[in-house]
Amino acid sequence: MSEHSTYVPGNAAEKWLDERLPVVRFAKEHLMDFPTPKNLNYWWTFGAILVLCLGVQIVTGIILAMHYTPNVALAFDSVEHIRRDVNGGRIIQAVHSVGASMFFAALYIHIFRGLFFGSYKAPREILWILGVVIFILTMATAFMGYVLPWGQMSFWGATVITNIFSAIPVVGESLLQLLRGGFAVGNPTLNRFFSLHYLLPFIIAAVVVLHIWALHVPGNNNPIGVEVKDKRDTVPFHPYYTMKDLFAMVLFMIPFAWFVFFAPDILGHPDNYIQANSQVTPSHIVPEWYLLPFYTILRAVDFNVLFINSQLGGVIAMGLSMLALLLVPWLDTGKVRSGSFRPMFKWFYALFVLDFIALAYLGAQEAIEPYTTLAKVCTGYYFLHFFVILPVLSRIEVAKPLPTSISESVLGKAHS
Amino acid sequence: MTLATQAEHSSTRRDFLYVATGAVGAVGAAAVVWPLINQLNPDASTLALASIEFNLANIPEGQSVTITWRGLPVFVRHRTQAEIDEAKAVPLADLKDPETDEQRTKPGHEQWLIMIANCTHLGCVPIGQSGDFDGWFCPCHGSHYDSAGRIRKGPAPKNLVVPPYEFISDTLVQIG
Repeated sequence: MSEHSTYVPGNAAEKWLDERLPVVRFAKEHLMDFPTPKNLNYWWTFGAILVLCLGVQIVTGIILAMHYTPNVALAFDSVEHIRRDVNGGRIIQAVHSVGASMFFAALYIHIFRGLFFGSYKAPREILWILGVVIFILTMATAFMGYVLPWGQMSFWGATVITNIFSAIPVVGESLLQLLRGGFAVGNPTLNRFFSLHYLLPFIIAAVVVLHIWALHVPGNNNPIGVEVKDKRDTVPFHPYYTMKDLFAMVLFMIPFAWFVFFAPDILGHPDNYIQANSQVTPSHIVPEWYLLPFYTILRAVDFNVLFINSQLGGVIAMGLSMLALLLVPWLDTGKVRSGSFRPMFKWFYALFVLDFIALAYLGAQEAIEPYTTLAKVCTGYYFLHFFVILPVLSRIEVAKPLPTSISESVLGKAHS
Repeated sequence: MTLATQAEHSSTRRDFLYVATGAVGAVGAAAVVWPLINQLNPDASTLALASIEFNLANIPEGQSVTITWRGLPVFVRHRTQAEIDEAKAVPLADLKDPETDEQRTKPGHEQWLIMIANCTHLGCVPIGQSGDFDGWFCPCHGSHYDSAGRIRKGPAPKNLVVPPYEFISDTLVQIG
């Protein structure tokens, strides 16, 4: 789809610029004329919503950094200073912290959209892998950002998560000291988390550019998963999808604004309103809601497997749960792309979504029965889905007949 | 010298220079990267606090205190005779991370149990004198430790860590 440039510089100035830096041509090709399947549904607008989310986080983050102090003695109070004294700080801080949740909500919808409609299948594997890379980078960024207010959950979250590295045989303990910059989570840890929390969003933005590049080479997937065959299957990105995306963004901003204005703290844990104390653990450590499924997988392994102890086992399981996402293009070898035409896949997909929600629920519960057993079952099913169900399904499933083209599916046979 | 041998000769020489330059470059890059990584390690001000002295005289039997050493919480417990006997009675075969009570205390000072207070699973601080084994219980992920701080049940892989320490006198202990 790279041979669609119809741009003709309008005047002498544009022509002059085009021969030196074809930025207008680029915008015209990729943001305006870009031929996009005409049957994209609203699940596809979350890509644009995510760009909005990243932009909001970067802008509000830069502003917050102007008022925040990354020092263990002052960090907690400086956040309160932002919320109480800084002009409009109450709103800006809320937009940033609620924004993280909204970002992840959109991110999960975007990923599950891709999983249902087979957006990871050839020729879009690189696009999918870059997406998973963005997801992991975003989780790391969110985690480090959560540590900055230096509340009890922040501190103990940092302790628990950095402790993951101590599970690595032989070098674990030295690596842990290297990461923390001390024997325990402390001022050096806070300083470097602040530095990296500021840096990573720009790296994410760079990977997003690659992600969109990898999208614009093969072009968009679409709800029926049939490739674009001719010009009638597509519409120009602008104004058709720019307007649709804008409309979706406005709808997305309604719950966003509700949280910001009416319940800015509802998505966080109340214990984070207690200043960090290295001597006392909160009775129950939980991460933010968007990390819960992976947290459940981490702690579901509370038994030794051969020479792998329970701690390392949990870490490996959590790593594997993300690796499974990277491998999904090769685990699901079915030729039919869209889940809409895969009768069995549909049900297993629904079951997987429920399993994922259950994992999130269990991560917020205490480590007692029946939750610990349920967590093991749900973790087991997570891996079963990727490593057994998907490969087997793609072999035994008989897909429903596909429409011959996007136009036919939209307009009916008469018009095709 | 024919043209062919000359070409062969110069290409070998060029290959050597190419590999040698690459090797020196790699060593140079590693030498530059190391200080950039090493700055992450604990700094001098952190290391300066690596060792402390602590007076045990004010802890009555059956009581514990939590002190800070290297930024880490440390439990200092004055164990009762019943707790010591209980810990000694446990057969090693019952333990996930087998260690005798003697290995975890100093001879002649069995009543003093000094341990880093972070659960060996993921670093939470367990609650004292609770759990199923009269020791410590970590509510985060459900690890139970016995009266010698040894892991008995739950996901933690190791016993609570005993830091390096020495008795300077009967009541004064140096940790670190």
